[in-house]
Amino acid sequence: MRNPSTRWLWVLSLLVVAVAVPFIVSGYHVFQFTMVLNYAIAVFAANILSGYNGQIALGNGAFYALGAYTVAILLEHTGIPYWATIPFAAAICFIAGFLFGLPALRLEGPYLALATFALAVATPQLLKFHGIESWTHGVQGILVSKPDAPDFLPLDADQFLYFFCLAITVLMFALGSNLLRGRTGRAIVAIRDNPIAAASMGIDTSLYKSMTFGVSALFTGVAGALGALTTQFVSPDSFTLFLSISFIVGVVIGGVATVYGAFFGALFIQFVPNYADQISKAAPWAIYGTLLILGVYVMPGGVIGLLRLLARLAARSRPRGSGHAD
Amino acid sequence: MQAFLHQLLSGIATGGLYASLALALVMVHQATHHINFAQGEMAMFSTYIAWSLVEAGFPYWAAFFLTLVFAFVLGVFVQSVILHPVRNEPFFSVVIVFIGLLVIFNSVAGWIFTYTVKTFPSPFPSRGWFGGNYLSPHEIGMMLVTLIVLALVFAFFRFTSLGLAMRAAAQNPVSSRLVGIRVGSMLALGAGLAGAIGAVAGVMAAPILYLEPNMMSGILLYGFAGAVLGGIDNPWGAAIGGVLVGVLENLAGAYVVGTELKLSVALVVIVGVLLVRPSGLFGRSVVTRV
Repeated sequence: MRNPSTRWLWVLSLLVVAVAVPFIVSGYHVFQFTMVLNYAIAVFAANILSGYNGQIALGNGAFYALGAYTVAILLEHTGIPYWATIPFAAAICFIAGFLFGLPALRLEGPYLALATFALAVATPQLLKFHGIESWTHGVQGILVSKPDAPDFLPLDADQFLYFFCLAITVLMFALGSNLLRGRTGRAIVAIRDNPIAAASMGIDTSLYKSMTFGVSALFTGVAGALGALTTQFVSPDSFTLFLSISFIVGVVIGGVATVYGAFFGALFIQFVPNYADQISKAAPWAIYGTLLILGVYVMPGGVIGLLRLLARLAARSRPRGSGHAD
Repeated sequence: MQAFLHQLLSGIATGGLYASLALALVMVHQATHHINFAQGEMAMFSTYIAWSLVEAGFPYWAAFFLTLVFAFVLGVFVQSVILHPVRNEPFFSVVIVFIGLLVIFNSVAGWIFTYTVKTFPSPFPSRGWFGGNYLSPHEIGMMLVTLIVLALVFAFFRFTSLGLAMRAAAQNPVSSRLVGIRVGSMLALGAGLAGAIGAVAGVMAAPILYLEPNMMSGILLYGFAGAVLGGIDNPWGAAIGGVLVGVLENLAGAYVVGTELKLSVALVVIVGVLLVRPSGLFGRSVVTRV
């Protein structure tokens, strides 16, 4: 993956697979893969914050909920088209994330994990708060209508929504990986690896850390916005602690501080609960938890770490000499 | 005034539960620098064991102490078997293992004991204790039990050589190993004790909250808030923090935000305290050598 041309080959093949998916599978499975895309954005967001910047945050579900509710409320109360709601969700979540990131500056390691854990636990309660009931409809939640495919495209509504989410996923990953590759990205990683050295190199660590929090919230908010369009319903009880945990789970399963690991993480959080349900109807989450712990034992670097390891092993087993061709 | 006094005292009583859980969290954190997100679920699971024993006809206090033994063994098992493979992994991986445990305990409890809410007996008489106007006998008993647990833990760490060895292992593992302390065993012992303390909180909470797999999530959150308020490197501070959070929660619930937003009080406490005094009320501020 170090080699730029192999990187593009990977991205291209990933894209080809992604475009083919809604024509191969049908109905409910298209919905599931649409959710995979949304989760991939959210997992990437969690990875930017926790993996690259080293701020272990367990409360991203709150920003996912904020993005979802922004879309639902805008669609209900204003006449703006569905696609125009996404930037609003992004902007509101960025501001919220930046503001939450300011106090979070003073929290390190376990403290941040605790504070954000508390945020995740409190989210459903906050959404049920009767003071904002006229907007959120309390426990009932809000129905969101599914966008229709434009007439000139030969797609049904599910397929169209999939491609809409895919387009935004590609955009977000392009933006995110660009951000991480440049000067900003190096600063973000430097703060994780050695905050004091980073500060003495002239990096404004406070600004960068709260900006990273804001960017992560923005990405998560976009994922939540797409999630609301996909599930066509938002309610307080869909944004529990487990949602927040899922994003972090996705980060670890995909690979900490990797870009494309997010897709493997998203596949895990979308499909493994279903499969666990098939294995054991009685205690599906026990299977999920066990797989999770085994995942950490067996592949500490996540799926991407495992792939890199396999690539290295393959390179080593090749006859001597050919490995130095480049 | 009477209503206020009632809220205050019952806040202290529930605060005792948070204090126990906060103490358990701080003990694990001091020894391993990790936060056991599964502490509440382990306590909940132990409480189910107590329930089964009582149902099977054991007298209450026999069931109580057998449960403590179970919780101790569970804590040791988690620390020395489940966490052993990730002891050198980064903080992140350990968080995930704890979260996996949280999910597993929750799910397995629901599987074995079903999700139907169960009543749990209280060992204390139903009426006719002193101060009866303000507190129920169970709340008074809960306070007493919490105080006894705190006193025992304090005495253990202060006056026994094993307690001293455990403190040494937590504070300076390398030097402790040099003087012949088995650091790994000490960590496991600490986790076991933390498990037992958490189980006390679970068993005491069950008659009030009723027993169900999600019983401890609120208490865990308040326990976190208490630990942060008191200082996560100070067990006694954490215990006091737990009681303060209990009082705050009750008063805020009664007079300020209503019961709807009670959990958010914990969030506000955690973030607020960390903003004003990041090391907690009784914590030492950490100075890093550059």
